[in-house]
Amino acid sequence: MATLTHDPIHAGHAAHHGPTGLMRWLTTTNHKDIGTMYMIFSFIMFLSGGVMALTIRAELFQPGLQVVEPEFFNQLTTMHGLVMVFGAIMPAFVGFANWMIPLMIGASDMAFARMNNWSFWLLPPAAILLLGSFFVPGGATAAGWTLYAPLSVQMGMGMDLAIFAIHIMGISSIMGAINIVVTVLNMRAPGMTMMKMPLFCWTWLITAYLLIAVMPVLAGAVTMILTDRHFGTSFFNAAGGGDPVMYQHIFWFFGHPEVYIMILPAFGIVSQIIPTFARKPLFGYASMVYATASIAILSFAVWAHHMFATGMPAAGQLFFMYATMLIAVPTGVKVFNWVATMWRGALTFESPMLWATGFLFVFTIGGFTGLICAIAPIDIQVQDTYYVVAHFHYVLVAGSLFALFAGAYFWLPKWTGHMPSEFLGKLHFWCSMVFFNITFFPMHFLGLAGMPRRIPDYALQFADFNAMASVGAFGFGLSQLIFLVVLVKCVRGGRKAEARAWEGAEGLEWTVPSPAPHHTFEVAPVVR
Amino acid sequence: MGRTGHIAGLSLFLAAAPTLAQEPHARYNLQAPVTTIAAQIDDMHTFMLIICLVIFIGVFGVMFWSVIRHRKSRGAVAANFHEHTGVEIAWTVIPILILLGMAWPATKTVIAMKDTSNPDITIKATGYQWKWGYDYLQGEGEGIRFLSALSTPREQIEGAAPKGDAYLLEVDNPVVVPVGKKIRVVLTANDVIHSWWVPAFGVKQDAIPGFIRDAWFLAEKEGVYRGNCAELCGRDHGFMPIEVHVVSEARYAAWVAEQKSKMAVAQAPADPG
Repeated sequence: MATLTHDPIHAGHAAHHGPTGLMRWLTTTNHKDIGTMYMIFSFIMFLSGGVMALTIRAELFQPGLQVVEPEFFNQLTTMHGLVMVFGAIMPAFVGFANWMIPLMIGASDMAFARMNNWSFWLLPPAAILLLGSFFVPGGATAAGWTLYAPLSVQMGMGMDLAIFAIHIMGISSIMGAINIVVTVLNMRAPGMTMMKMPLFCWTWLITAYLLIAVMPVLAGAVTMILTDRHFGTSFFNAAGGGDPVMYQHIFWFFGHPEVYIMILPAFGIVSQIIPTFARKPLFGYASMVYATASIAILSFAVWAHHMFATGMPAAGQLFFMYATMLIAVPTGVKVFNWVATMWRGALTFESPMLWATGFLFVFTIGGFTGLICAIAPIDIQVQDTYYVVAHFHYVLVAGSLFALFAGAYFWLPKWTGHMPSEFLGKLHFWCSMVFFNITFFPMHFLGLAGMPRRIPDYALQFADFNAMASVGAFGFGLSQLIFLVVLVKCVRGGRKAEARAWEGAEGLEWTVPSPAPHHTFEVAPVVR
Repeated sequence: MGRTGHIAGLSLFLAAAPTLAQEPHARYNLQAPVTTIAAQIDDMHTFMLIICLVIFIGVFGVMFWSVIRHRKSRGAVAANFHEHTGVEIAWTVIPILILLGMAWPATKTVIAMKDTSNPDITIKATGYQWKWGYDYLQGEGEGIRFLSALSTPREQIEGAAPKGDAYLLEVDNPVVVPVGKKIRVVLTANDVIHSWWVPAFGVKQDAIPGFIRDAWFLAEKEGVYRGNCAELCGRDHGFMPIEVHVVSEARYAAWVAEQKSKMAVAQAPADPG
């Protein structure tokens, strides 16, 4: 599809100039450096959030209170959510976008290189505020990651730190999103029309619009909590003329598009990988683009399905139920397209493809439970139970996280110049896959049988499945250390990667050497 | 129909189920329904589970067929097709039709759940951090009011005593209602949002401070039904259960008389007369 003449004479210029050591990373405007920093940051946050999750699972291993007090337990569930959503998943995808979008569209860098530096360097201070809030009087916020008022108004100063952290991370996300929109729209190589773009660029373009649309909404919601807490406003206080449920409407107007912000780039990554290892073009490219856009548009009209239990009029429940069910249509189209891409291909299962296939299988289970949750009367039974916990971990861990791992194994050769260890990659996949299901599958049963979420102790009939989930969680957590070994080994050495690291790989990123030189596409390639 | 979910769960998790006979609690599926609404929800869930299972087997049958048969190592040569308008329209339109089939029963249930008119008894439930307050507002028992808090002893929670059968699901003063009567529950809260949830009734309704919401149930079987607060409400969110005793009309009348006399005794010293 794409042709490029890489100029060997200019290869010498590809080296890095400028400050070295710490100053290089502080001042860098290079999309590859910034992409790398995003990914290292998100992996550190992933491990931090993972430690919180394991503490939660340790407490829930058996009935009774053993490990942590209820108040600290609530802090852990809250912070696990915030750290994983805002610290791990979102920055990881921005890191992928930084590294890969310029390489995929034949641009020399992101459109706003200095803003790119700033949008990354906002994140560490935000993370310090967020994680540091555990150590302030009263501890971290324990209002749940959704920060529902009026509970969040009751919290100690950890809540204020979380609010500021969300503000800063929101600014970072908005700047990152603007950068991606402008880069994709303006910096494509000649001949790279919109409908020739790799699907990863498409999904990120749409995601970036979602981010710009909804991050300010979240900022507004948490700012109103802040003023309710300290400045005597009553946005969410009925005694002062406010409405606690209004917070939920505003939050979920952000929150539901946010769900797709975390999954659309994953769809993009998987859409790059499956055709590569099927050695066959992606089935239904155009319908993939339209399906992604439909999901994004629908995401603005479904928010109140998170609120069926708040008590809406029947008309409201019916509207949000129908709109939510409709999302199954474009999502189904995507799954069918991926399966059709594999159909009559010449498949091989190197680590990236193994992860992508695993994604497809387990994410779809999350899609089915999502459809079941969409049915308002059923949702009344499973809302705020472990069923919902199972559902969103099937889409966020088996969806977003598995796709991130697939992408990492896929592009590590381009980033490091070495092939990741196939043995460790496969071991990582099979351990993750097995332990993931041991952890989260029983949670469906727990939720159906009536176990609420966010409780540190539970009735005795839930004991067996909780013990099972806890064992699985520790297995899953330890499996992620395999990935750390893969990363270290891959950076330090290993089999040299060719420019086209995978046999069936298509696209501009595979026309530059591996590892990608510090500067690429100083002269734009021409796409036929 | 309600069995199917059990069977699907069983076959998947047979290894993890040591004692299935005589199980008093639901383990793999929704709790046994005692209201029409809960029964409808249970049936709808089973119906959806079957449809999802069929689609799942279809889609992943195709995928695993590919995974096994279309391998390069087995000499597969990649085809080059990448679109087919007919197929793409089919797999857009057919899911819409399936969704319509799902939406129809759900719509009827939503409308039925919202019909709180003409109750026999109205009870106000107020969420507090961390207990429930109940006021019988209308119908037989009008005027009864009490607080209902967790009765599981602290030693059981801390592991200093063996845990009882209704661990964390028992209260000092349960709600008592007569069987076969339409009960309207009016909900509010005193501090933060709580949620009143009894799975066997198919009722889960948030209790929102400063606002009134309502829900209803008509229990068709006598018994003790237990639930939890279902909205994170702070430290002891996991420790404010709901216990409802559904009793015969005669026993309900006796309970009402007993409560009235208790309240009369309690009020007597405070009476200025």
